[in-house]
Amino acid sequence: MATLDFQGKQIEVDDDGYLMNLDDWTKDLAVHLAQQDSLELTEAHWEVINFLRDYYKQYQIAPMIKILVKEIGKAMGPEKGNTKYLYELYPAGPAKQACRYAGLPKPTGCV
Amino acid sequence: MAKVTTPKPAELVTSIDLKPSGKEWMDTPAEIKPGTFCWGAKAKNLNIVEFPNARDWNPSEEDWKLPENWQEIFLTGMKNLLDKYRSFKVFMDICVRCGACADKCHFFIGSGDPKNMPVLRAELLRSVYRRYFTTSGKLLGKTAGGRELTIDVLKELWYYFYQCTECRRCSLFCPYGIDTAEITLMGRELMNLLGLNTDWISGPVANCYMKGNHLGLEPHAIMNSIEGMIDDIETITGIRINPSFNRKGAEILFVTPSGDLFADPGTFTCMGYLMLFHELGLDYTWSTYASEGGNFGFFTSNEMAKRLNSKIYAEAKRLGVKWIIGGECGHMWRVLTQYMDTWNGPADFLEVPVSPITGTRFDTSRSTKMIHITEFTADLIKNGKLKLDPSRNDDLIVTYHDSCNTSRGMGLLEEPRYIIENVCNHFHEMPENTIREQTFCCGSGTGLNASENMELRMRGGFPRANAVKFVKDRHGVNMLANICAIDRATLSASMDYWVPGVRVTGVHEMVANALVMKGEKERETNLRGEPLPGKEGN
Repeated sequence: MATLDFQGKQIEVDDDGYLMNLDDWTKDLAVHLAQQDSLELTEAHWEVINFLRDYYKQYQIAPMIKILVKEIGKAMGPEKGNTKYLYELYPAGPAKQACRYAGLPKPTGCV
Repeated sequence: MAKVTTPKPAELVTSIDLKPSGKEWMDTPAEIKPGTFCWGAKAKNLNIVEFPNARDWNPSEEDWKLPENWQEIFLTGMKNLLDKYRSFKVFMDICVRCGACADKCHFFIGSGDPKNMPVLRAELLRSVYRRYFTTSGKLLGKTAGGRELTIDVLKELWYYFYQCTECRRCSLFCPYGIDTAEITLMGRELMNLLGLNTDWISGPVANCYMKGNHLGLEPHAIMNSIEGMIDDIETITGIRINPSFNRKGAEILFVTPSGDLFADPGTFTCMGYLMLFHELGLDYTWSTYASEGGNFGFFTSNEMAKRLNSKIYAEAKRLGVKWIIGGECGHMWRVLTQYMDTWNGPADFLEVPVSPITGTRFDTSRSTKMIHITEFTADLIKNGKLKLDPSRNDDLIVTYHDSCNTSRGMGLLEEPRYIIENVCNHFHEMPENTIREQTFCCGSGTGLNASENMELRMRGGFPRANAVKFVKDRHGVNMLANICAIDRATLSASMDYWVPGVRVTGVHEMVANALVMKGEKERETNLRGEPLPGKEGN
């Protein structure tokens, strides 16, 4: 099992760097993970991360991009409810990158 | 955590070296290269299904954390499989190494690695078979083509059995009819005795066992996903659809791969099913229990595949339906048509499928009681039961990729084509040696559709993509249709990589775009929310 050293704690991550335990997540850790990709988390980034975490708590899975787009559109205004906007925030892909910062596991199967 | 980079297409093509190295293959141990293998199975997922040697491990590390008596476990397992499956024993014995299969494999074409020639991939295991299970091999060893089962040999077997998608294209050209996919199936069974599976396969298997589908969608997540689609359908057509879930007494149970519920472009295909069934007024139900058509268990062991598959008949019985329709999926149909009936049947509590709309009796499914949705829809069109406006798909120049399992595995060749020709006006076939029975694999089937092995996937996807490029250059093809959830996910990636500008669709997405529904408003967009041809200015 790979681990990540953070604030004196050993945090378990999978081979792609996703947290193994949702409860290990803290805001500081999200900031740290983003910094490793040279990304600074702005309010707009947090909007996505918070939505992902809330959704996950309810459904035990990350939302489809489509649902994410819709919800961000509702929260941030229709001009931001599109995939392009999310990719501007998360260049490596909102599903992969934002989920990793949010502490969610990556989805598997026919996807 | 390792970062794996994928070479650019031009680099990848020039790296394919078909010149033999000059060394004997037995003296060339496998080099486990980043980008060409999937992460190892996690302990927690193997524990859920009680698979042996559950632990976290990393294939790129020296120590695979095997039990001390791994060799004994492997050889005993192999003996059991040889005793149980006559086909396996025959396939171990009869190859004459003619090489007809050699250049038929997409992984060999895309990698140039000799051990990806089906003949040599099988030889990796045959050499072990000879050494331990034939008299000549026991006595003469290497002279008789046998070799010791060392740790390097085990790693080599693992590496190459997870570079085969069980597509069976090679089998088509084998003069003896050796089914190399079955050899890979056996190889993977043996790996599972030692806990040597991948994360991308064992995760979905554990999910499916616990929650009914590969993605681990719980009932409220499934309903949330479908409700989102229903909202979109209402926006596009003005029609509100109310499908039922887990409804007892429905005539038909509908089962589709969970990828259709979750990831684009599969979700558009799923919207297609919903719209078609609504328009017909079909008496059908979704299930949140049997919520997976696919079967990643099939990539672990026969027994696991059977366990996962059992939910479909069990749910059909519980709900009291008459028969079952299955969605657009590939390996799902290999399992359904060739295994389900003997594993979990006979389903004599069900009836032979009869279309309530046309009265057609599907005798080809009289044993399984389950038909493919393209059989159902092709029959509707043939009987004039659908009002279709193919011009709504006029922006699409379409070609069709036969999923290996529906074409070679079950002979479903005409129905999807018949539907496509009725729902769009521009359809062009790829070259004949790359379609129908001779179709090239998407390159990422049998659970190889992870992201850490992207280089392998792009290598394996090269022949298929090359054929798509041919029709793109010649006819301007911009849409690759298929009837498989893995295809919809994996071909999207390989098109972006090899043939940018070609997108991927399920057949029922195109059906629903063309379908003129009763009471619909004038449509402005397709299911993806893009303007329909002629409506661009609106």
